[in-house]
Amino acid sequence: MALGDVVNDGLGGLSHNVITGRLEDLVNWSRSRSSWPATFGLACCAIEMMASGAAHYDIARFGMEVFRASPRQADIMIVAGRVSQKMAPVLRQVYDQMMEPKWVISMGVCASSGGMFNNYAIVQGVDQIVPVDVYAPGCPPTPETLIHAIETLHTKIEQGEIMRRRGQTGAGASIHVEEIPAGSVPVLLGRQPHD
Amino acid sequence: MTDTPEAQSEDATEEAEASIPEPEMLGCPMTESRGQIVLHVARDRYVEVAKQLADEGYAMCVDLTAVDYLKHMDRELPTSVIGERFEIVVNLLDITHSRRIRLRTQVPEADATIATLFDLYPGTEAMEREVFDMFGISFEGHPDPSRILMPEDWNGYPLRKDFQVGTIPVQFKGAAS
Amino acid sequence: MTMIADEGAQELRPRSELTARELLREVGSVLRLSEAEAAKLGDLPEDPDEDQTMIINMGPSHPSTHGVLRLMLELQGETVLRCKPIIGYLHTGMEKTGEQLTFMQGGTNVTRMDYASPLNNELVFSMATEKLLGIDGDIPERAQWMRMLLSELNRMSSHLLFMATNGMDLGAVSMMIYGWREREEVLRFFQKVTGLRMNHNFVRPGGLAADLPPGWRDDVLRILDLLPERLEEYDILMTGQPIWRERLQGVGVITPNEALALGATGPILRSTGVEWDLRRHDPYLRYDEVEFDIIVGSYGDAFDRYAIRLNEIRESMRIVRQILDRMPEGDYRIQDKKVTPPPRARIDESMEALIHHFKIFTEGFKVPEGEVYVAIESPRGEIGCYIASDGSPTPYRMHVRAPSFVNIQCLPHMMRGGLVADAVAVISSVDPVLGEVDR
Repeated sequence: MALGDVVNDGLGGLSHNVITGRLEDLVNWSRSRSSWPATFGLACCAIEMMASGAAHYDIARFGMEVFRASPRQADIMIVAGRVSQKMAPVLRQVYDQMMEPKWVISMGVCASSGGMFNNYAIVQGVDQIVPVDVYAPGCPPTPETLIHAIETLHTKIEQGEIMRRRGQTGAGASIHVEEIPAGSVPVLLGRQPHD
Repeated sequence: MTDTPEAQSEDATEEAEASIPEPEMLGCPMTESRGQIVLHVARDRYVEVAKQLADEGYAMCVDLTAVDYLKHMDRELPTSVIGERFEIVVNLLDITHSRRIRLRTQVPEADATIATLFDLYPGTEAMEREVFDMFGISFEGHPDPSRILMPEDWNGYPLRKDFQVGTIPVQFKGAAS
Repeated sequence: MTMIADEGAQELRPRSELTARELLREVGSVLRLSEAEAAKLGDLPEDPDEDQTMIINMGPSHPSTHGVLRLMLELQGETVLRCKPIIGYLHTGMEKTGEQLTFMQGGTNVTRMDYASPLNNELVFSMATEKLLGIDGDIPERAQWMRMLLSELNRMSSHLLFMATNGMDLGAVSMMIYGWREREEVLRFFQKVTGLRMNHNFVRPGGLAADLPPGWRDDVLRILDLLPERLEEYDILMTGQPIWRERLQGVGVITPNEALALGATGPILRSTGVEWDLRRHDPYLRYDEVEFDIIVGSYGDAFDRYAIRLNEIRESMRIVRQILDRMPEGDYRIQDKKVTPPPRARIDESMEALIHHFKIFTEGFKVPEGEVYVAIESPRGEIGCYIASDGSPTPYRMHVRAPSFVNIQCLPHMMRGGLVADAVAVISSVDPVLGEVDR
């Protein structure tokens, strides 16, 4: 109805019917409101991740309930649980298969730093394999913590740029993916008991 | 349980206790550990004894694992048993009489092999693969002697006592060093 | 970084590379079969041409493999000929870490194995430690009954989790929401008692970490009042539904002999009609003083395993009601200076108490030399803990006999000859927890 006046009155004549804004904001807003997670449940945290999707915590409120089994359809990879040396290549492959734009939440201390399992089997932080955006602490993090991590990531997405790919933006929490050579001194939990 | 002192008279050592016959079962020294029956089976009689126990009603092998006694060689053992580095521990269960028995078999480091129980208890398949993966003890006659938990190209046997717990230091990124 | 996710010899290999014995193992004929059962193995096409079969890979990142289980299936059309589970994708080195932690700290480690029933893991570890210490007969009555209460509630929450995932795997997605809703009620109680929703580290050698909070009885009663009608809903939603029955009945059948030969325990063994429950046949805690029924199936199929778990929730509720009636007053942990830290109040006033407290939590307590195997009934079957001690405060070797690890060996035999569409139903009915499989 008001469109007829645009020629004469300009945009101002549209008054309350149209919101103007930057395209970047609009894209980021829509990205953050329908970011679908990839199911990458590994251990205990996966149970809490599923609990977040259930009725009580209901992450559908944040547009996140659609857990995609195919990495091609997912935007966010929630690494939920400890990553073993055997699983690491698989995790990287799933990450590589995800389409841009993509983000990573490291859920729980095991994924973030190896947690209490500082041993031969566990990768000491998933950020050695994929760039991580948000770390959720806890063992396992409660659904509330996960929701907080998701909210944090949404804020981050809303402030992000839309044109360049993830590799070029230096995404991730300033972590560079590189192999750490094994140290000469063994890392022990506490002390060596059986000497 | 019958005591057969003849079977061990050859092993009689200078120790005084050796003159008292050790309790035996199926020709193997038998001990009690916290009320649980333990049979110390020689490696060459391992399958044979397991077979006899299976015939006696121990129809299920609930657990098979190993221990690396590298740092605890002076453990308590019956006098007729010579402690070796590795020990295979098998827990058998008889569900009709609700009774359990444990077999302990010494496996020397120089020749870390033992016969498989797979033909007797097919359920030991995964457990024996796990022991192979973690301790490097190979099971003769096992149908699928591959690693089970670690990646195929992994070096070393993690649960051996001379394998370090972890060698990758924890990184504290961004912290002033 | 090179990315190779190829596990070489661990994978399912083509028929042409196998010896006859390996092939026979993979089709299951080395099990102790009767002649009639062995004859049935001939129903499948003998030695199909390799170009007519296809080996496909399922997992380790697959939504219905309950975590990171990887299966390789050999298919002929829609029929599964062979199946091989490949595990280890969640191998955490817990048995090695367990050798580094003291007996006091060990609970933190084992509770993360079977994360669907953490309290049972802690319980078996604590009981093994107590047996080594020789104090297993002196645990106070209240601690025993509290352990039973938590253990049974955990069985309920674990089976509710099974209801949720089983429903989801078979396409009854609303069931997932319902199962989680009920589980949340139990978790809320756990959070109130232990402070955590999962991985509680609440059952400790010598007793428990704390007493039950005030008002616990009402909380438990609330769960007990709530659940029966919700379980009725499950019956309406699933048990009687023709679709549900079609998808589960006759799927993943296993015989009693096969189950025994493979070492399967828990609902899988009971589904075949073998009445074996450690709570009854090898009683621990005070299970010999409560009344409950062992639920037994008759066909050994996926439906029986579903029904057994559903009814075990009801039996657990029956046990919990009796525990509520009989919960005695008293200590929640043994008053043995060696293993019990001094009461919190005394630490403020006594230097000795402070030192004692400090030593228990830093050095731990020494456990006499010996070795012991203790087994209890977890929701998945017999969970056992084998500890060898050399007299130091840390276990010399700590091994957990994980029920899922053994039960997962049943998969090839359950799937053989079935449809690929039923594979998910079979995995789900075994209810493996991969944290426990790989440890």
